[in-house]
Amino acid sequence: MDRRSFLRLAATTPLIALPAGVTANLAWAGAPSGADYRNLVVLIELKGGNDGLNTLVPYTDPAYFALRPKLAIPRDQVIALTDSVGLHPALEPLLPLWKNREVAVLQGVGYPDPNLSHFRSIEIWDTASNSQEYLQDGWLTRTFDATPTPATFAADGVLIGSPDLGPLAGGGTRAIALANTEQFLRQARFAAPEGGSRNKALQHILKVEADILQAASRLSANQTFSTEFPSTGFGNAMRTAAQVIANQAGVAVVRVTLSGFDTHSGQPGTQARLLGELAGGIVALKGALDELGKWSNTLLLTYAEFGRRPRENLSNGSDHGTSSVHFALGGRVAGGLYGEQPPLDRLSGDGNPGHAIDFRSVYATVLDRWWGVPSQGPLGGRFAPVPMLRT
Amino acid sequence: MRIAPALTGLALATMVHAAPTQPVTSAAAALGYDDARHLLNRVGFGATQADVERFAGLTRDQAARKLLADTRTTAVTPPPAWTADSGPLRYPRAGEKASEAEKKMFQQEQIREGLQLRGWWVGEMLDTPSPLTERMTLFWHNHFVSSQQKVRLAKLMYRQNVTLRAHAVGNFGELLHAIGRDPAMVIYLDSAQNRKGTPNENFAREVMELFTLGEGSYSEQDVKEAARAFTGWSLDRSTGEFVFRRFIHDSSTKTVLGRAGALDGDQVLDILLAQPQTAEFITRKLWREFVSPDPDEAEVKRIARRFRDAHYDIKVALYGLLTAEAFYSADNRGTLVKSPIELVVGTLRQFDLKPGQTLPFAMAAAGMGQNLFSPPNVKGWPGQDTWINSTTLLARKQFLDRVFRVDETGTGMAAAPSETMLTKPAPKQALAPAGAQDEEKLRQAQFRRAMDRGLNSIQFDSTTWFAHFGAGADATRRAGDATRLLLATAPQTAPDPRSEPLALVRGIVLDVSYQLK
Repeated sequence: MDRRSFLRLAATTPLIALPAGVTANLAWAGAPSGADYRNLVVLIELKGGNDGLNTLVPYTDPAYFALRPKLAIPRDQVIALTDSVGLHPALEPLLPLWKNREVAVLQGVGYPDPNLSHFRSIEIWDTASNSQEYLQDGWLTRTFDATPTPATFAADGVLIGSPDLGPLAGGGTRAIALANTEQFLRQARFAAPEGGSRNKALQHILKVEADILQAASRLSANQTFSTEFPSTGFGNAMRTAAQVIANQAGVAVVRVTLSGFDTHSGQPGTQARLLGELAGGIVALKGALDELGKWSNTLLLTYAEFGRRPRENLSNGSDHGTSSVHFALGGRVAGGLYGEQPPLDRLSGDGNPGHAIDFRSVYATVLDRWWGVPSQGPLGGRFAPVPMLRT
Repeated sequence: MRIAPALTGLALATMVHAAPTQPVTSAAAALGYDDARHLLNRVGFGATQADVERFAGLTRDQAARKLLADTRTTAVTPPPAWTADSGPLRYPRAGEKASEAEKKMFQQEQIREGLQLRGWWVGEMLDTPSPLTERMTLFWHNHFVSSQQKVRLAKLMYRQNVTLRAHAVGNFGELLHAIGRDPAMVIYLDSAQNRKGTPNENFAREVMELFTLGEGSYSEQDVKEAARAFTGWSLDRSTGEFVFRRFIHDSSTKTVLGRAGALDGDQVLDILLAQPQTAEFITRKLWREFVSPDPDEAEVKRIARRFRDAHYDIKVALYGLLTAEAFYSADNRGTLVKSPIELVVGTLRQFDLKPGQTLPFAMAAAGMGQNLFSPPNVKGWPGQDTWINSTTLLARKQFLDRVFRVDETGTGMAAAPSETMLTKPAPKQALAPAGAQDEEKLRQAQFRRAMDRGLNSIQFDSTTWFAHFGAGADATRRAGDATRLLLATAPQTAPDPRSEPLALVRGIVLDVSYQLK
């Protein structure tokens, strides 16, 4: 048994009596100096591959309008951020945050030798691998294996909106997938502490049971907010996120998934609806975090498997692309533009742009600067953090 | 369309004789009780004591042949009446200005029909004398994925299901060609938008990555060229039938996997079928479905070669897998996680539970992460360990807890609801003042009520059930018999033989080992 599962077992199995000092010492040994998991990360997955070019619009670039005769956002609808780029109109609710310099716009986030398959590309993002490298564990799993979260945490990560473990896959990570907190707590009585096994599938189920017991013993759903959450699926997911965050027992990561961005056809209506849900959900979460006094301790980050191809297709949609724009938001984010919009007159042979910011640089910012844990091991190399946080 | 080669009997006959590498002992080995239970739970849904007794004593070869000989190609359960409507499809077209009210009506009609379809399929899984057909239909549903989320028209999802079942244990090549022209697939992977001059690569990419070769066996250029070959595969929007539109087909030269010519879509599919990787990819996936989570590559290659040599007769691949040494190996017993549908349908079948309503059980599986006709994306449900997370494990246990709960109210069968009650939208009044949170609560409450009605329509009769074992009143033997039938691996907590019959069963099914097959 490795140390992490030992700790877990000790924490969740009342039948095994351990001298108090043993667990205390182990828990203490697991908390490295400098690591601060009280700083929370909220990952927002834009599943399907959000079209970055219509999210942050280069509204003065003739190449943009030439590539997208039908799909281009008309110049007068763009919410200008600078004299060359602006937001999709559905993102207007984010404008006050931008003006308050709490939104970092990360342009051209991608990786070399991009893969255009949804599944392979999200695997690359989730495992922080090179394009040709196949890794098992998620980047957060490797991080928590190297630098564990405090044993008193309810879980390492909570997943809302998709049970797919993504960056928390593999290893000894304690990940809890939730639809909503009340239901989880109501049902948790069905989990029973049980023994070990060599059968991998059985091991997995036993581990999930142990994680449920630990989380259930430390989560409550009593928090109410005066902030109104939008009546969308994503709005509900953000309310669940806020309830998780409100708990005394910490979690290091909350991942919320918003699906439906694979807009091969009929893109304008779909993307506008989704970006509207995204912006409304973010603003509501911000309101709830303000109520809790946690906005300065929270970093929101969007991510996706890829962006979409600059040239529109004939179905009023766009096909799989490569790099894309992403957002970092929070009370300690240094607002502004980072990276650069990959030039549209220099696309690759398959019509896709290169990248300006390696996604692993964004991850390195989370590890080195936000949590204060070493990034080189978990990310398999040194990536320069993006200077998007206030010091 | 190609002519179906009448392969099955012949190919199977050849295979047994031309199998010098396989030890005679394995195919000729007789199945014990545990072997028969293992086989039936792997290829069907929750075998009963009678099922197991029917197969115990056969050789591995006989058992595999018996299973493959008894497969159906059509459903025994009558589908919802609207599936037979031959009139034009009701479909609010993008070009025409449908009113908001019309759009809403269309949407609600499709949701209602989609729910009926789910209930119908679960009913078929419960009643079919050919569980393997339904397991394979579900396998192909999860391979050639289409989702009603995008296709919207329930009628097209039904037709696809009929096609999948017709070929489920038939010929993979024919199935592939049929699926390329399947109207639901044409919508799902945007073939209808794939036109000469402006190709849409969605189908071309997925047909290589997910349907045939697997990732890494083709280039981006192959995808682009193949997409041009598939141009013109489209849909007649009024009838919902496949149509080839010559004037938007790109008839110029393409090169796919090194083969050049003025290729059309069918020719590209044949090029894909000619690749050994295709047979191996499918065999590997079948291995994970039926044998173990970790395919033995040498065995996969051996079985895949036979599969391809038999012109993709699916029975040849299944025979190879079900008689492989690894299939019965002790190391592979109880190593696969039951899918939600297997857990729900298997439990109902295994305990002779005949629900008055089947839809609540389809919804129960949906609550555990498997919503029929709506896989999460084109890759389908990833299955195995991913079936189990904190949400879904609790949903599974709660379901089992309620099936085997002592019914204090005594409502029983009387409370069975009508189909309309279950699918009727919530009264406007109730929805009107609700905020997001209330709406979510309301939805959950409705779901719980539907589940209650469904669960109240079944009643587990422990006396009759235990009588199948013929053990009489010997409590220890009773506990042993039930455990042996129900669990693929040793229980984590041994059942207490002194328990009352219902409590005994409840204890066994709530043991985590019951999640495995």
